[in-house]
Amino acid sequence: MTGGVRFEHVSVTYEGADRPTLLGVDLEIPEGELVLVVGETGSGKSTLLRCLNGLVPHFTGGTLSGRVTVAGRDTRTNPPRELADVVGMVGQDPMAGFVAEIVEDELAYGMECLGIEPETMRRRVEETLDLLGLADLRQRALTSLSGGQRQRVAIGAALTSHPRILVLDEPTSALDPGAAEEVLAALQRLVHDLGMTVVLAEHRLERVVQYADQVLVVSDGRVRSGTPATMMAGAPVAPPVVELGRLAGWDPLPLSVRDARRAAGPLRARLRALPPPGDPGPEASGSEPDETHADDQAGRVRLRAVRAGYRSVPVLRSVDLNVDPGEVLALMGRNGAGKSTLLATMAGLRAPDAGTVRMGGADPRKLVGHALLSTVGLVPQEPADLLYATSVGRECGDADASARASVGTAAGILSALAPGIDASRHPRDLSEGQRLALALAVVLAAGPGILLLDEPTRGLDYGAKRRLIDFLHTLRRAGHTVVLATHDVELVAEVATRVAVIADGEIVADGATGSVVRSSPLFAPQVAKILTPEPWLTVGQVAHALAGSM
Amino acid sequence: MPTATRPGPPPALGAGGRLPRGLHPLAWWAWALGLLVAASRTTNPLLLGLLLGCLAVVVAARRPDAEWAGAFSAALRLGAIVIVTRTLLQVVLGAPVGLHPAFTLPEVALPDWMAGVRLGGLVTWESALVGLCEGLRLAVMIACVGAANSLTPPSRLLRSVPAALYEVGVAVVVALTFAPHLLADARRVSAARRLRGHDEGRVAAFVRSSGPVLDGGLERSIQLAAAMDSRGYGRSGLVTPAERHAQAALVLAGFAGVLIGMYGLFDAAAPRVLGWPMLAGGVLLAALGLRAAGRRSPRTAYRPDPWRWPEWLTAGAGASVAITYLSWSQTALLLPTTPLTWPELILGPALAVLVATGPAVWTPPLPSSGDRP
Repeated sequence: MTGGVRFEHVSVTYEGADRPTLLGVDLEIPEGELVLVVGETGSGKSTLLRCLNGLVPHFTGGTLSGRVTVAGRDTRTNPPRELADVVGMVGQDPMAGFVAEIVEDELAYGMECLGIEPETMRRRVEETLDLLGLADLRQRALTSLSGGQRQRVAIGAALTSHPRILVLDEPTSALDPGAAEEVLAALQRLVHDLGMTVVLAEHRLERVVQYADQVLVVSDGRVRSGTPATMMAGAPVAPPVVELGRLAGWDPLPLSVRDARRAAGPLRARLRALPPPGDPGPEASGSEPDETHADDQAGRVRLRAVRAGYRSVPVLRSVDLNVDPGEVLALMGRNGAGKSTLLATMAGLRAPDAGTVRMGGADPRKLVGHALLSTVGLVPQEPADLLYATSVGRECGDADASARASVGTAAGILSALAPGIDASRHPRDLSEGQRLALALAVVLAAGPGILLLDEPTRGLDYGAKRRLIDFLHTLRRAGHTVVLATHDVELVAEVATRVAVIADGEIVADGATGSVVRSSPLFAPQVAKILTPEPWLTVGQVAHALAGSM
Repeated sequence: MPTATRPGPPPALGAGGRLPRGLHPLAWWAWALGLLVAASRTTNPLLLGLLLGCLAVVVAARRPDAEWAGAFSAALRLGAIVIVTRTLLQVVLGAPVGLHPAFTLPEVALPDWMAGVRLGGLVTWESALVGLCEGLRLAVMIACVGAANSLTPPSRLLRSVPAALYEVGVAVVVALTFAPHLLADARRVSAARRLRGHDEGRVAAFVRSSGPVLDGGLERSIQLAAAMDSRGYGRSGLVTPAERHAQAALVLAGFAGVLIGMYGLFDAAAPRVLGWPMLAGGVLLAALGLRAAGRRSPRTAYRPDPWRWPEWLTAGAGASVAITYLSWSQTALLLPTTPLTWPELILGPALAVLVATGPAVWTPPLPSSGDRP
């Protein structure tokens, strides 16, 4: 039995769809490869992954023509449960796939189904707890875990069955940079030490591409495959390290920071002679908060000694924070550090246990309805929470009404953010990026001075992310205050004027983006890692500087 | 991969040098069901009070520090509502018994075809008391179920279900957890509602948010089903379809036998042969079927709960209470209302309840939170 995968002329058409989701896919994944699947949202990536263990078509319905062979078994005759011993599957939302109540039982669940000996189960659970750093969490309730911990438990639960092939759908999108590196390191260890085949889909190429042996690009149901270097050279979207390589004309194209740094000597020397880049928002950063103008408080965030927690567990210990109009503040910190709690407190969703919160001069807990909407808007981690109408058009109309804005305001913002969404579509059927755009439009219809975003780039493909970045720049220039909690260091480098790092409920670093992220190996964007000690953070800045020097 | 010999502090020994561990869930359920049977036999408020006290003592002593452990207090609140409702119904609808009139409600004249139903009219202290005690009995029975739920989570019970019934059990547990998830979703969505600037009334808010909440719940159920399928839930293993059908037929026939046997036992007019013989035969058939299916099932159990002497004692205590109350003459256990007398504390049943409080002492201590619940 080998752990390879073979697709022969595979096409998939879902019921009611007017065109196939996958079309004539031929590919071969040899045993022991780490394969990266990239593609825009809706390109058929998830369908491709779900073909690997027979979920398509046994579970999802639809018609599959051609043949998928996994470890020598035809998925036509083997439903997912009969492939469970060779394919481990980790879905996009780990919480939705949990069966047990506590970590240890969840890890054992798959093995119980496969009928593995109790002694073996016991040993494998312990090994997996250590491999993924979960030993301290073994008795914790799954509901009490942070996003990163849940993701690691979900991977662990798939690993304990010792599958030959592990399939992961965006395993690091919810993780902080540190946790993401841990997960990727664990995956790499599985590939190199155990010869496991790993197939993963990921939007954040910068995290994964250097580990991949093969890259599959899915677009419009067609799949092209090749080595990472060849696929990246022509790819419309690429991680910053590749874009910098293309800009500087390096050959071979580097995929990892290490390779790029070796090639970057001449570029660094050239940049040293050029004026360093300004921060994205030079007019705002560093300006002292001016408390005297009480009438000019719109858009100001003032937090004093804020303490908050759940039951007896303190999440925020003592947070002081000022943010002024024209600033884009990025809150960073590991999963569970208190970022979301801080945003919820700022939006008035929860009362602080102690301390004061002033948003635009007012206590957000006391604001209701339109007064709240026009002061502060929060787009939660799950944008769908904000949406309840049955069509995009109605959602926008509702937003205009409660924002007391003129008809078409929300729809106008939406079309700027994500053009071409049919107003009659149900919000649930939108892609992640479109849903986020809709939630943003709904919140921005009331023109809040302060915009709070919780993990806005989770699940976004590069195109959607690019549009979000441009839009945030527009907002900043228009004098909005933006606070975003994120793990995405590249996003931070692109949009943030200031970065605050939260750890253990306290703000441990707060300063201009450049100085904070460059000093941290975890939070530094790829360009900074390549060019340090030169102060450039993004490919855009480098391109701008080089263009100016010619 | 590294092996798992992590150096750590030796496990702390509890009182009496026993290792802290959770009691087998079936033992708790046997105990609670025993008390439930006992409660169903009596309306004596003193005995019911004792039963409730027994439940409270054991739950207080052995309740883990977890989310679901609040089931007992929830059951008590539900019980209070039941008592009030039952008493009101008795007062308004019940026929007056006894000699001590309390007050007279305006009586509603009902049409002829509803003869025999009374609405309002004279209320006696006796009838109010009957309603109160009946309500109390129901409340204690609910508290028994609440106590069991509070002492052991439903999903742990699943681990002890015979392998043949496992798949049905999973379906039940998933259905049970659907409700709490739905509640959590509802809370999140209603919090987000505030962000949309909606400050309408509760009903409008409920209607507005119920759509997305139900959508979300359904979507998650589908995702869960996909995940379980991917992880091997419902693998047929080495069983051929013919074998599986034979086992299912055996189990079903057994259960049918048990049902008919119960009917025969409880219905005095039924022929004798339908009683014990049918019941015993049914149990035997069902056990055989479950055993055969269990042996063929590919499933294994991770860290199964042990069944040792504390489990025997706890289950035994529940059984002995049930047997005591079942064998005691029921007239002695019911509160005499005509004439109205002060309830009597009967020694035998009271002692039985005292024995049933034993698990608070003899069960192993709970692991501190963070260890195994």
